[in-house]
This record gives sequence, structure tokens and C-alpha cells, in this order.
Amino acid sequence: MIRTLWLRFTDKIDPPLFALAFALLLLGLITLTSAAHDTPARISGQAVSILVALAVMWTVAQFQPQTLMRFALPAYALGLALLIAVALFGDVVNGARRWLNLGVTRIQPSEIMKIAMPLMLAWYFHKHEATLRLREYFVASLLLLLPVMLIARQPDLGTALLVTAAGFYVIFLAGLSWKILVGALLAGCASLPFLWSLMHDYQRRRILTLLDPTSDPLGAGYHIIQSVIAVGSGGLAGKGWLKGTQAHLEFLPERSTDFIFAVFSEEFGLIGNCLLLLLYLLLIGRGLAIAANAPTFFARLLAGAVTLTFFTYAFVNMGMVSGILPVVGVPLPLVSFGGTALVTLFLGIGILMSIHRHRKLVQT
Amino acid sequence: MRLAEFKDHQRELYYFQLRIGIAGAFVLAAFSLLLLRFVYLQIVQYDYYRTKAEDNRISVVPIMPNRGLILDRSGTVLARNYSAYTLEISPGKVTDLEKTINELETIVEIRASDRARFKRLTIEAKGAESLPIRTRLTDEEVAKFAVNRYRFPGVDIQARLFRQYPLNELASHVTGYIGRINERDVDRIEEAGLTANYKGSDHIGKTGLEQSYESELHGFTGYEQVEVDSAGRGVRTLSRTSPTPGNNLVLTLDIRLQQVAEQAFGDNRGALVAVEPATGGILAFVSKPGFDPNLFVDGIDPASWELLNTSLDRPMVNRALAGTYPPGSTFKPYMALAALELGKRAPQQTIYDPGFFQFGNHRFRDSRPGGHGTVDMYKSLVASCDTYYYMLGNDLGIDNIARFIGQFGFGEKTGIDVEGEASGVLPSQEWKRKRFKKPEQQKWYAGETISVGIGQGYNAYTPLQMAQAMAALANNGVMYRPHLVNYIENIRSGERTMVEPKLGRAITLKPENLEFIKRALAGVNTEGTGARAFAKAEYTSAGKTGTAQVIAIKQNEKYDEKRVTERHRDHALFIAFAPLESPKIALAVVVENAGFGARAAAPVARQVLDYYLLGKRVNQPAAVVPGDEGDD
Repeated sequence: MIRTLWLRFTDKIDPPLFALAFALLLLGLITLTSAAHDTPARISGQAVSILVALAVMWTVAQFQPQTLMRFALPAYALGLALLIAVALFGDVVNGARRWLNLGVTRIQPSEIMKIAMPLMLAWYFHKHEATLRLREYFVASLLLLLPVMLIARQPDLGTALLVTAAGFYVIFLAGLSWKILVGALLAGCASLPFLWSLMHDYQRRRILTLLDPTSDPLGAGYHIIQSVIAVGSGGLAGKGWLKGTQAHLEFLPERSTDFIFAVFSEEFGLIGNCLLLLLYLLLIGRGLAIAANAPTFFARLLAGAVTLTFFTYAFVNMGMVSGILPVVGVPLPLVSFGGTALVTLFLGIGILMSIHRHRKLVQT
Repeated sequence: MRLAEFKDHQRELYYFQLRIGIAGAFVLAAFSLLLLRFVYLQIVQYDYYRTKAEDNRISVVPIMPNRGLILDRSGTVLARNYSAYTLEISPGKVTDLEKTINELETIVEIRASDRARFKRLTIEAKGAESLPIRTRLTDEEVAKFAVNRYRFPGVDIQARLFRQYPLNELASHVTGYIGRINERDVDRIEEAGLTANYKGSDHIGKTGLEQSYESELHGFTGYEQVEVDSAGRGVRTLSRTSPTPGNNLVLTLDIRLQQVAEQAFGDNRGALVAVEPATGGILAFVSKPGFDPNLFVDGIDPASWELLNTSLDRPMVNRALAGTYPPGSTFKPYMALAALELGKRAPQQTIYDPGFFQFGNHRFRDSRPGGHGTVDMYKSLVASCDTYYYMLGNDLGIDNIARFIGQFGFGEKTGIDVEGEASGVLPSQEWKRKRFKKPEQQKWYAGETISVGIGQGYNAYTPLQMAQAMAALANNGVMYRPHLVNYIENIRSGERTMVEPKLGRAITLKPENLEFIKRALAGVNTEGTGARAFAKAEYTSAGKTGTAQVIAIKQNEKYDEKRVTERHRDHALFIAFAPLESPKIALAVVVENAGFGARAAAPVARQVLDYYLLGKRVNQPAAVVPGDEGDD
């Protein structure tokens, strides 16, 4: 009896995906224990977020992909409306207008777009599956650019980047011709000077300090210098758990959120890094396999984009901490402290599970 | 057909899987790049970074600069710093705040207000490293805590510089105050790219000059490189870059004059602005009631905050800067000048005043019930005849009034060097169109011009604007931007940066018209509505009384001061400059709900002028002079 109940409860959960995510969560909690040694409330807070995120994952996994499809347009429309509302009357925190005050709580609508964007585009392409022409790709690009511009204007470069990536993956997987792809890439490069002129001072500083962190050792360069020292001084096997001097002497800023990888790297060294990379690789591999075997165009595109978004998080974060990418606010997926990102990520994992478990039901 | 469709699907799936494959390859490539980077950092460069991390026992400690002082024109200190010990808690390092505070209480005195303030601070200054639970510890308390320090991880004694306003309430609206940096301030600091310079700063200017001249007063943060042991405690100082102290502000304000002016108000609410016409330098800037800025420095306790904010007297509002009042009859000199300049009236031209002006079926009443009889321009000002200006307003039309009088800076910000200025309202057809939404409200009615003529209606100006306009008239139409700071002094180099009198505009006015208006205003103080207040003055002066209605009075009702509740009583106004021939000071006074201007506002002006021109000091509130209640 209990066994059947348990089986029904876990029916939609994909064991490999879950095991990988769980391993990453565990690594995250272990690192957080070290990184947040002086703010213990963060550890219990993260544990609560994990429970919430898992509940979200389980719930989403129960849906059929067709049901998810029905959410596409409303979710996108809501996200867009909220973004416009933010631009008009959002709260300014840290110089950026990202938050919408609902009286009871403040929300960051750009977060919704991280899932709503691939959902919307996958739905859009699915609807026009039979007649995919240049026009459809063009419309899809517009659907992508509008919210991205609103997010970039807030300014929130990190989220804008993640949403752009998510949307781009759908368009790419939907089969955009290589010619246009290369053309767009070149056009993008050509417009870099223009983008530069649109950037806020602090964003420019971040890019300049990446090129030469020593130019501003007390200000923006400080993050990069200190986190690279943390990574490098970890060596092969690391300094050992709770023994990272960079983290514990408080040289590392944001060490439980965006820079948690520096703490991990310092304490567990190259071996730890390899383990982490491997876990991400397996998780992404599993996601791509689910995408490749998904039954409908919608499911394929969505699964592929969600998986690749995951990759973007991991790559951008580790690249930034190790000093090869500029500092943008992107957390290390499943490891960084922070409830919102965790929920978004597990929503994605729930979608993957839903697509995987329901692949036979729709194959008619 | 079926087969073709199936084939199509197959091909589509194949293409999709190809793209997935490409994406997978990209992921692999990107991760390999990361792996290479890790190998480079952690194997190849390992020795380099290991040494770096070991050397990284150097912590950079910011050193706060001393905040600049604020001094009046003769060097009296209005804001200074003193150093004192505070007992501070780092909220992030203490698990049970309540328990810690209870235990601390057994060693040093912690009052309920200290607790309340600390609680407020934890909410306001979220993310601050350490917050004071007690300030100004005695030497004994410091010693007592030092012995028990081991019991309180995350609690420490700090020597801090505090801001002090030695004159307490006096000129509190001018200096403003500093307070602890809150989340909104952090945003603003970040926006301005000043985060590095505010490392280690706990306070920032919140209002008044403290806020407006924050960038001058704050100074530049220095830092010390300190070698720390493995627990992060400082062992020795390696190098030190001294902070650059903030600059001093030396004001144009004369604090003794300010004191005389504030005293003259007694318990009345109101505002006074006195300006030096030849420079725009502010000599006195009063907003009553004031407040004690010292309350805000350590974080104000909630009870005092509640009191200041809910008081009906609204002591936190800077009335001189942000209060707007109808000018009442103090508007008349400008109306008269407009009539002369635009050729609508000649000085000797007379009207007959029966005690009202009939417009359509509306009767605009003169404040003297029987009227003034035959009135020329001189008499219209000296006796403050309303009917004359009802007619004049009607003849000039609202847009002519707005255009001419706007030149004196009415209805627009003066650009004074302190933030929070109100614009006021200079009514015109265009203003009304913009102000209201419904078309029927947007239309300007000719009847509305008539009340504007005597300074009522939509008219609303700040005392600062009224003083500026008076100074412009005194200075024959040449206007300077009003300013509170005379010069900024670098205390290291002694270098002084003058806040130069900036020419606002020069109004072209005919000398004979100016001459006439000035003569009439002198008449106000010798034989008119201001004569009682200025009886036996030992200098020449020009003035104009005014009474501004707070509530509208029905057409046939007589205004009865005693019957109207105190807060609905009229505001008393007075504008003046002196001496007549070479004006040294121009001022505007508003005494809220004090009734007739001649009675309540003119005596305040008299005390201020007596002190400024003769050095005469009364040291008591200005006495109300009995006035002919018919004339305001």
C-alpha cells in the first residue's frame, strides 16, 4: 500500500535528473556552510528554499506538456506587462529599477521571463511548425528582443543575458538557417560600439576592469582580483572544507551568492572543480537527451532551451569567478544562495521531467 | 501521402537532433575552456596565487574624513564634530540580539529609547556592519565594558566622530541635519559612483545645507593597510593614506540676526527671509517652529520622531523654502509697477472706492467697509485699497499680470543653494490649462483675475520668492540668485571658493516708476499701514503690509477674527527694505494665522531691521501693535 503510494508519488520524477540535481544541491549546502559561517541564518534559509523549489519541481512534473503549452501565452504576457510596470513605477534598488512593489512583497518580474521566454517561443514555433519561414524567425526575434530591452534598461545585464540566451536557443533549435545565424553574429559584433554607448557607467567599468583588474583595486576590480586568487590558491586538492582563507578572512565579496564558486574552488581545488563540471555536464547531457527524444516540436524546443539555459548559468558564473567573463549577476545554478533562482531552476527541471515522463502518451 | 508526412517528420527530427548535437558540442567546448582556465590557475599558476593568498593577510581599513564645519558669516559655529565612544553591535555576528542587549544592560545603562532606536536602525540601515546600541559612553562605562568584552562576541566599543549642532533649534532649517545612511542613500551613493568614498561612512546629510553641500562637507575617505592574523585581527599597520577632511561652509547668514528674528516670532508659526539686495546673500532664513537637529544624529528615537511628524505645527517643514502662501496685499506694489510700466495707470489718476467693486453680479469687497473714497496710486499703496487693485487687475488681464510679475521670480524656483524648494503658483491662463484636467476647470474666468489683483486667488509664493522680489525692487530691478553659502573653505590649504553672486536677471524698469513705487512704500511706513510698527524708526525704510486669507469668506459675511478658529485665521505678511536710499537688507515675513499683517508681521520686521541697521536688541517676541483693522 505504502509502496504503491510512493510509486505513484515518484512516478513522474526522473531518477537520473533528480540524483544529479540533488548532488549539486548537496555540494551547494556544504559550500554554503563554509561561505556563510558568519550568517548562519542563510543556511537554514537555503534549506527552506530547497524544499519550496522541490515542491515546485514535483508539481510541474505532474503536468502534461500540452498543459504547459497553455501557460505559454499568459505567462509571457504577464511577464511583459510586469516589466512595463517596473519601467514605469518600479522600485530602485542599488541603482537599478528591477523590483515591483506589490504592497505585501516585492517581485522581480525579469525572473518570470527566464521561463516564460522559452515557453512562449517554443509554443510559437510549434504553432507554425508546418510553415516555418523567415517571417516566423523574425517575429520570434521581436518577441525575444522586446522584454530583453526592458530588462537591459533596468539595468540588469545578467538577467538580460540569460533571457536572450534562452530565447536564442529556441530559435537556434527551431532550425534558423546558418547563413542568417552567422550574419546576425557579425551584425552583433558590428553594433558593439553602439551598445557600449548605451551602457551605464558601472557596466563599462566592469568590462574595463576585466581587461585590467589592477586599475581599480579598491573598487570594481577588487571582486575579480580576490576571486581569482581564491580559485588559484586552491591548487589541486584545495585547502579543505572550512579552511579557505580568502573566504574566512572576508576578502571574498558576495561569497554566498554570486561568488560561491570561489569558495568552493578554494576549498576543494581542481579535483572539486572537475567533479562540479562533471555533474553539470551529466545534468546537461541528460537534459539534451530528453530533448532529442521528446515527442512534439514544442516539447523538444522547450526541453532543449531549458537545458541550455542551465548551461549558460553555469558557464557564465564560473567564467566570471575565474576571471574570463565580466562580472554580471548570474548565480551558480543549484549551488548559490538565493531562493528565486532556485525556484526558477527547479521549475525548469520539473518541465524536463514532465516532457520525459509524458513522451509516450502523446506519441500518436 | 502518409509516408511522405512520416518521412518529413523523420527528417525534421533528424535536423533537430543534429542541432542538439551541435549544442552539446558547444557545451563541451565551453566547459573545456573552463577546465583549461582552472588548470592554468590551480596548477600552472598555483604557486603564484598561493603566495598571493598568504600575503593576502592585508586588510584595507577605511578611515573616515572629518566632516566640514558650518559657520555663519562671522565665524560662529553652527555644526561641528566631537569624538565619543559608542557601544556597537554587529547584527550579523550576534545570534540572539535581544539576549545580548539584556546582558549588556547589566554593565552599561541602556534606556528604552536606546532599544527603540536600535530596533529602528536595524530595519533602516539593513546590511550595516555595526550599529550603535549606546552612544556617548562615559570613561567609566568604557572601562567596565572592556573588562567584560570577552563575554560579548560581535559587540565592541568604537571611537566615532559625532556631529553636533551647538545652537540646537536656532537656524535648524538652514543647517538641516545628518543621519545614518539608509538603503535609499546607499542607492544614491552607488548611482553617483561614490561607493568607495563612503566605505566606512555611517552618516550622510539628510536635509538643509548638510544635504545640499554633502559633496563638499564629506571629504575623501582615506585607508590604512593593516596586516591581519589568521583570525582577521589587526596586527600592525603597513601603510596609511590619510583622509582629506571635508570643506567648511561659511555662510552669508548672520546668526545673531537669525536669533533676533527667531525670537521675534515668539510662539508663532511662520517664516522670514532676509536678503542682501546687492548680492543675493541670505542674511536670515527663519522657519518656525524649528526642531533640534541633534536628535537625528545618532538615529532619532521613534517617540521623538512621532512627535515631530504628527505635530499640527509641522516643525519639519521648511516654510521659508517650501511653504507657499498667498501674498495678499504685499502683491500690490508689483501690480502698481505693472500698471505704470504697461501704461495702464498714471500715478495721479484716481478712482472712486465705495467699499466694493461690482463685477457682473459679484461684489468684491474692500477690507475697509465704507471704502477709501477717492484714491490715487500713492494712496492705494499707503492705505492698501483693495478696490483700486480689483479694478487694476481687471484692466491688466491675467496674462499681462503673469508676464510682468513673473520677471520678479514669482512662481519659479529661485535656485537657492539648498534643496527642497517649492515653485509656488503664478496664475495665468496657460497655468490653469496645465493644472486642471477637466475642460470646464481649465478655462480662465475674468472674475478670477480680480482676486489675483489683491494677491489672493490662485497666487501662492514662498517667503523666499517674496524676499527675492523685494530685493529686486530695492536693487532697481537687478536680481541675484539667493544663496546661503558665502564661500567654501578648504581647511588644509586655506583656499576659499567664493559662491559668487550670480546675476539672475536685470528687469528693465523706468527709473521714475521705480522712484514712485519706492516713495509710496516709504509712505506705508511713515503714514500708512506700517506706520505704527515703524514709529520713531531711526532709519528710512520701505514696506508693505499684507493679510492672506486662509479660508474663503462668503460674499456678505464679515471676517471676524475672534470667531474663526485659530488655524483658519488669516496669515499676516510684511515685506520691507531699508534704508530707502541705499538698501542693505530686504525681507519678507509671514506669520501664520496671526491676523492682520500690520499688527503681527510688521513688528517682527521692525525688530530685524532695528538689529541689522542699528544693532539694537530686544530679546523678546515682537509685540503686536494695535492697528486700524480695516486696512491690512
